[in-house]
Amino acid sequence: MALPYDSAPKFADYAHPEKLVTTEWLAEHLGDPGLVVAESDEDVLLYETGHIPGAVKLDWHTELNDPQTRDYVDGVGFARLMSEKGITRDTTLVLYGDKNNWWAAYALWVCTLFEHPDLRLVDGGRAKWIAEGRPVTTDVPQRPGTDYPVVERDDTKVRAFRDQVLAHLGQPLIDVRSPGEYTGELLHMPDYPQEGAVRGGHIPGARSVPWARAAAEDATFRSLKELEAIYAGEVGLRPDDDVVVYCRIGERSSHTWFVLTHLLGYPHVRNYDGSWTEWGNSVRVPITRGENP
Amino acid sequence: MTSITLPPRLAEIAEDFGALADRDRLQLLLEFSRELPPLPDRYADRRDLLEQVPECQSPLFLAAEVSGDGTVHLFFDAPPEAPTTRGFAGILHAALDGLAADEILETPGEFSSQLGLHDLVSPLRLRGMAAMLARIKRQVREQLASS
Repeated sequence: MALPYDSAPKFADYAHPEKLVTTEWLAEHLGDPGLVVAESDEDVLLYETGHIPGAVKLDWHTELNDPQTRDYVDGVGFARLMSEKGITRDTTLVLYGDKNNWWAAYALWVCTLFEHPDLRLVDGGRAKWIAEGRPVTTDVPQRPGTDYPVVERDDTKVRAFRDQVLAHLGQPLIDVRSPGEYTGELLHMPDYPQEGAVRGGHIPGARSVPWARAAAEDATFRSLKELEAIYAGEVGLRPDDDVVVYCRIGERSSHTWFVLTHLLGYPHVRNYDGSWTEWGNSVRVPITRGENP
Repeated sequence: MTSITLPPRLAEIAEDFGALADRDRLQLLLEFSRELPPLPDRYADRRDLLEQVPECQSPLFLAAEVSGDGTVHLFFDAPPEAPTTRGFAGILHAALDGLAADEILETPGEFSSQLGLHDLVSPLRLRGMAAMLARIKRQVREQLASS
């Protein structure tokens, strides 16, 4: 039983307004049957300091990844995780988090691999909820367990692997890292040293659009017009393009994947989660340095 | 397995972490983040006197002071929205504040591996804690050399 969509006028412009909710909508629907709210943060302790009442924690690092192989959990692991969180296949799963929803968008993308039907992001995320003085609690909800079905992960639609990216060269690629990482001056994100690669630069042909350009100062997504000006205007993407986005490990690019797929409505966008930590360490893959694609 | 000799309070903290299940370890880290004392006025008004630790994923500033009797006092500043970083600072403060300068200099840089946080916190963040200690040691050495 899905919850009603948020009819906020801002969302109506987007291709898929049903993928977003406002903080107002969420405040109104907290506690509704059929709704589970999940917080996914970069800082693993932030949820414990206080979260939206009733929200469960979804940890990208310890819960969505396979503990051994560099991959996501499989269908059995995802079903177990969702069941523990009290989520069913019919649940409206609303995600939010810190840093412009960076990790929440990543969690949403991983849930998309399992084609969970109703996934939404809170526009503005944790920062907006708190800035508006809305309630937070440290109470951890005890939701009754569910029996989420085992659904095999579909890696064909929204996920790209290294060899597919090699075959994709010459077609649109968006590098969402910082300018210094793109040119190759930096082997890692500013302030995030040592999570890097042995070579710096970008995938040949990739255009640089740092992910946070899609977010406004209050962490909400920019308007459709502003997003079109960036991705269609500056970069020249067309809706029917086959697009691959990447960053360092696939988290920042999940945010851009969400923007291109759900806000602009481009149907063929894939996230290369191997990203620079795979490409920049791979033997004999082509690399471009400097400011030009 | 090589064992590392830690200063007694740090060894005790490592033992406390080791005795807990994963979820409770995060709670303990959260407690350390809450117990991190605020900056005294002389630093709160002069944050430029603190040194930033860029290896941390969130803004973290610190200062180490060697006092006349040779003991070291530590000061940390990290925002409340970065509880993990604050927690690491809180551990260092609880474990090392008030120790003699040479005890701090002898604290092994790899102590963070003793806290059992590897499965919970990305290795990158744990390196941030080692980087805090490295900068504390450097400040202590500089003050010893100039005294």
